[in-house]
Amino acid sequence: MQFNRKDLLGLEDLSAEHIKLILDTGDNFKEVLSRKIKKVPALRGVTIANVFYEPSTRTRMSFELAEKRLSADIINFSKATSSVKKGETLRDTLENIKAMKVDIVVMRHGSSGAHKFASEFLDASIVNAGDGRHAHPTQALLDMMTLREHWGTFNGKRVTIIGDILHSRVARSNIWGLTKMGAKVTVCGPPTMMPVDVERLGEGGVRLEYDLRKAIEGADAINILRIQLERQKNSLFPSSREYFEVFGVSSEVLKAAPPDCIVMHPGPINRGVEIAQEVADGKQAVILPQVTNGVAVRMAVLFLIAGGKVEEDENS
Amino acid sequence: MVNWKDKKEFWITGAKLADPEAGKIKAGSILVQKGLISEIQWQKKVETELPVFDCEGFLIAPGFIDIHTHLREPGNEDKETIATGTAAAVAGGYTSILCMANTDPVIDDPSVVEYVNRRAQTDGNCRVYVTGAVTKGLDGEQITEFFHLKKAGIVALSDDGRYIANSSVMRTALEYARMLDLPVIVHCEDPYLTDESQMNESYVSTRLGLKGAHAASEEIAVARDIRLAQLTGARLHIAHVSTEGSLELIKAAKKKGVAVTAEVSPHHLTLDESLLESYDRNLKVNPPLRGLSDIAALRTALNDGTIDCIATDHAPHTEIDKQVEFNFAPPGMTGLETSFAQLHTELVLNGKFELIDLIRMLTTGPAGVIGLSGGKLAAGVPADLVLIDPKEEWVFKKEMIRSKASNTPLIGKKFTGRIKGVFLEGRWCSDVS
Ligand SMILES: [Zn+2]
Repeated sequence: MQFNRKDLLGLEDLSAEHIKLILDTGDNFKEVLSRKIKKVPALRGVTIANVFYEPSTRTRMSFELAEKRLSADIINFSKATSSVKKGETLRDTLENIKAMKVDIVVMRHGSSGAHKFASEFLDASIVNAGDGRHAHPTQALLDMMTLREHWGTFNGKRVTIIGDILHSRVARSNIWGLTKMGAKVTVCGPPTMMPVDVERLGEGGVRLEYDLRKAIEGADAINILRIQLERQKNSLFPSSREYFEVFGVSSEVLKAAPPDCIVMHPGPINRGVEIAQEVADGKQAVILPQVTNGVAVRMAVLFLIAGGKVEEDENS
Repeated sequence: MVNWKDKKEFWITGAKLADPEAGKIKAGSILVQKGLISEIQWQKKVETELPVFDCEGFLIAPGFIDIHTHLREPGNEDKETIATGTAAAVAGGYTSILCMANTDPVIDDPSVVEYVNRRAQTDGNCRVYVTGAVTKGLDGEQITEFFHLKKAGIVALSDDGRYIANSSVMRTALEYARMLDLPVIVHCEDPYLTDESQMNESYVSTRLGLKGAHAASEEIAVARDIRLAQLTGARLHIAHVSTEGSLELIKAAKKKGVAVTAEVSPHHLTLDESLLESYDRNLKVNPPLRGLSDIAALRTALNDGTIDCIATDHAPHTEIDKQVEFNFAPPGMTGLETSFAQLHTELVLNGKFELIDLIRMLTTGPAGVIGLSGGKLAAGVPADLVLIDPKEEWVFKKEMIRSKASNTPLIGKKFTGRIKGVFLEGRWCSDVS
């Protein structure tokens, strides 16, 4: 099977087959990462620009490492959103990228839809490394890769996403990806952080539950979102202390979930706000394996976007 | 072709005449003398020695009136000027427009009114009426000198683009405007509820990850302003109504006898929020495009008298202004050149709306709201007329645009019904062959 897509803007318009192809390719690259020599020549001669309008050390490092492992040539551009008063800057940057004849642009931007704008503007492939509150497909893919390693399948599995769904691109992408692969998703968080008609998101929809214990009862995995404390100008909840009391995942709360329930977090974590230290360090947590898988799955995305072919696996 | 620009006396024959006051469309002929309609005969041809402007197969209506145009001059001449904005108006069949006060400087002082009037005299292609700001610099705090502004020539007051959030200031403005019998045009939006919003709040905004403005943010503002209009007895005109709930409030207020009128824009009648999936910045408007049930309610309200007129909210911006991330793009789209064709194609030809009612919404409807004299087909009034080919199929192309701006999502759209030109005080103006 071939990927045959110019861009990766989100998971909403990706088929289950495409997602499976990315995850399978990610598994192969993860094997590469465990070798002594971790580098393959797959993207030799391909130039990738990492364009980050929002600071994100983790995602940027993960992409950069993936690119280096694939032997791509890299240029980096970063600009804090706060200094971007008007979007001409984006257009100017894109003009420059165009002139530099880059092949792939990995972009992180604070505005929803900025990637759509870029993909219409550029011939280069666009890989969405997060746009506003819209989509963060590679984060969802690494979450899914981690889950599949544990489960082998998504069918009938139940994932609960906890926190600020309204502002979360991670939640949206996870909901699209997971439901497409056959998992069931429950969302939980304060009503002030729930977007309108959240139940209609994803294929087959999601369940909304305000009671944290009920939300994680019977869950095969929980994904705890980071609370953006700096974004609380209209205070969507009264205080961090109260948030932790009602929606924070402590080891006590976690008892409501089955003992083999996996705990995920896209990082960086706010200890004592959305997650307790003992849960983050606990044996159910897979927060660090998520980071490893992030490199593998991003290698897979870049490889496939660049037109890389995968050997057909007769048994799959 | 005869040079009709110089003819002082002639007959227009062969056309069907749309008389919005009488509510009829019938074959007729019009005698134009010295810029005025001097006689109407309800027959296709007339016996005459005078020159005859033969309009066989076409429709003649009173020139359209737009009571919601942003001309951008003074201050933002890169977006539009009085010359280009009025050229766009003429191309769309408008012979009169009312320009909004949110220029730079704001039209909050008689000197700015005089400036606009003078430029309209020298560069204008159609009649330009001027709106004065309700508050100085549109700051929502200190009301402007309504009396002096009226003396300078304004016909209405508005802080359009901004809602006057301070209810006490609004009450004062309405009381004072009532004394001078000036209508107050309001942009209804609770700014606390719409802060940083980019589109309508709904499942679509959830999917797109854009901050939504709920219909309630408009309706709360409409409700307050209606209550204050009732209290003060002022003439309140609600601009670009976009939600079903606003319509219910307006309908109830009219029933109670409150002096409230309302307009709806062509884009709110024809485009819905799901189009934003493209993240096309030309679809970003304020109030935002709403859902299908709101559109259905707006269409019903056109027919049941809740809506008094259609107004374009023609809001020109440069390409660079719009070539930015969605959340940085200024709201607004142009509309003068496409309103008739768009509404004729989408509403009249689909059987949702009678042609004569559409013409009424573009002529006597807006004239009545502001108290302007135009919009009529009668002897003794200026011969401001529009010539329409209701059957012509055409594609709206960028090179046809007379506005300085092209921020419209309608480029490339196929329409049925085309403006062939206008008579402005009997002078034929057209650039359509
Ligand atoms: Zn407005």
